[in-house]
Amino acid sequence: MSSTTSHSSATTDVPDAAGRFGAFGGRYVPETLMRALDELVVAYDEAKKDERFAAELDELLRNYVGRPSPLYYAKRLSEQCGGAEIYLKREDLNHTGAHKINNTLGQALLTLRMGKRRVIAETGAGQHGVATATACARFGLTCVVYMGEEDIRRQKLNVFNMRILGAEVRPVTSGSRTLRDAINEAMRDWMASVETTHYILGSVVGPHPFPLIVRDFQSVIGRETVLQCRRQLGRLPNLVVACVGGGSNSAGMFYPFIEHEKVELLGVEAGGRSSQPGDHASPLSFGAPGVLHGSFSYVMQDEDGQTSDVHSISAGLDYPGVGPEHSFWKDSGRVRYTFARDDEALSAFDALARSEGILPALESAHAVAKAIEAARGRPRDEAIVVCLSGRGDKDAYEVARLRGEAIA
Amino acid sequence: MSAIDDVFRELRAGGRKAFMPFVTAGDPDLEFTALVLVELARRGANLCELGIPYSDPIADGPVIQASYTRALARRVKLAQIFEMVGRERARLPIPIVTMVSYAIALRHGPADYVREAKAAGIAGMIVPDLPADESEQLAGICRGEDFSLVQLVAPTTPRERALRIARTSSGFLYYVSVTGITGERAALPQDLLDNVRWLREQTELPICVGFGISRPEHVRALAPVADGLIVGSAIVRRVAEAATRPRGQVLREVGDYVAELVGALG
Ligand SMILES: Cc1ncc(COP(=O)(O)O)c(C=O)c1O
Repeated sequence: MSSTTSHSSATTDVPDAAGRFGAFGGRYVPETLMRALDELVVAYDEAKKDERFAAELDELLRNYVGRPSPLYYAKRLSEQCGGAEIYLKREDLNHTGAHKINNTLGQALLTLRMGKRRVIAETGAGQHGVATATACARFGLTCVVYMGEEDIRRQKLNVFNMRILGAEVRPVTSGSRTLRDAINEAMRDWMASVETTHYILGSVVGPHPFPLIVRDFQSVIGRETVLQCRRQLGRLPNLVVACVGGGSNSAGMFYPFIEHEKVELLGVEAGGRSSQPGDHASPLSFGAPGVLHGSFSYVMQDEDGQTSDVHSISAGLDYPGVGPEHSFWKDSGRVRYTFARDDEALSAFDALARSEGILPALESAHAVAKAIEAARGRPRDEAIVVCLSGRGDKDAYEVARLRGEAIA
Repeated sequence: MSAIDDVFRELRAGGRKAFMPFVTAGDPDLEFTALVLVELARRGANLCELGIPYSDPIADGPVIQASYTRALARRVKLAQIFEMVGRERARLPIPIVTMVSYAIALRHGPADYVREAKAAGIAGMIVPDLPADESEQLAGICRGEDFSLVQLVAPTTPRERALRIARTSSGFLYYVSVTGITGERAALPQDLLDNVRWLREQTELPICVGFGISRPEHVRALAPVADGLIVGSAIVRRVAEAATRPRGQVLREVGDYVAELVGALG
């Protein structure tokens, strides 16, 4: 597909009323959930028109989350690469340590508007679970978080934190025991509790209007970055890089840049161990369009439509699907997608720690890996912005285990 | 007109109601599924729902989920399921309706799915994750093939929307009795009878009630207001025992259970 002619089709005026981003998106869920989705559309539309809603969220983002997050020039890392300048959008400095809080506070306010008092969520890395538990503690909402057993093992710290915050963490033992099964279990809870409960989905996936709502709440990342680039660099960057699990930090970063066609956008999926099926979690690179979790988008499936098992070193990227807007951006050519392997992410984790004194989340390390690669091949007068979606404290145990070192 | 319409026309003419069991294709294996289908028909089932195993069934409770997981672990494929039905067709006097995720139908190609299912002798499909709003294309394909596309109405469905859904459904209308996932329930919701009765007055389409039904008293309560009753988890649970117990015995017990519920239909 020629990228010059197709860019124009990557409009920002999506989704339509049916939740379609071009061919992608929609609502493939049981009838039982349809009324709640319709009510959510209405509540979100009303909230968007309500200045007090915007003001309340704004105040929370500033004084509770600590926004705007800095845009930081990684001088030593850039010098070591010997090419383009690398800037880090520091979502790791947010309260709770990742971008996830931008979305959970917004959706917690929506929960209150809809008169619901109980919240459920899924979590992979535990960052969305912690961010949801935090928002629920802040507003006095009951919170249940579904988490795969395998992820409970690799993200112990976050599990403990969620419990301290008053959330109930329910282990999911079905299927691959990771993020995908946690979403299934949260959906099943919602099937029975939909009249009293809001499901705070953690990424730009799922049925309409979730991909829209989560993108909008996360777009604060890209909006700030555009302003900060103008102020600090005097211009927009040449390239923006973000990791893609379900796709929320990347969608929030990319969306405000879509109309700035000169800015290249690069999404980085989890390349895992190899390009063999089952060894990675890169549906945009290796998958095909299909239905998973209520949405039509690129997905890893077998020839019968059964969802494939996937692998990533990082629990937050270990997901066979991706948000429908990314599929739309991919097919339009506006965003390019690639993948970083497990070992590349681990090297980037080390490189950022040693050069800048910043421990990135393993998810974010995938983006850092590809930014380093890009910087090496570009001139010094180019600028690359990386969305540093989260901090790496939660990953210390897993990284130590992979290195055969014992801590605590 | 599919074979499903014929069954309901006959039942209505005789003032009778339909009993529709659900079984998972390939649990414990397709040979046993074939035996179960024949036994269900022999013991008085009027139609049968055949569940196509899916990796991520969000509307299903633990019993049906586990049966799907077991079937998929044995690598049951859609083509083998169609083959099995095609093979048994002569011994199966009742219509078979597949319960299938849209993920599977879409991957297969909706038109191919309908054509191949029909060629195997299957009469229709229920797609639990394809709400009426998204089903226009598939409904068009089904109409062209005289293949029923059964739509669902849930307790959370607003009444005006229920009427719209009824207009797009064919074969029958599936009324989901509980707000929740599949699985046996001790008691059914208080307002269920009223809701089904209301819907009954709004449409000519047969209305079948399912989710949670497992006991003769459920059947006796619902028979006067519905055109048919669907029982899933209670049957899947019994069939699954064939993995560890003598198959003839399990088959007989499943048959006895179905006969008891059919008896309660009156
Ligand atoms: C720090 C961090 N980055 C990225 C992700 C991936 O999610 P998304 O692609 O929705 O941003 C996660 C998910 O848990 C995360 O915790």
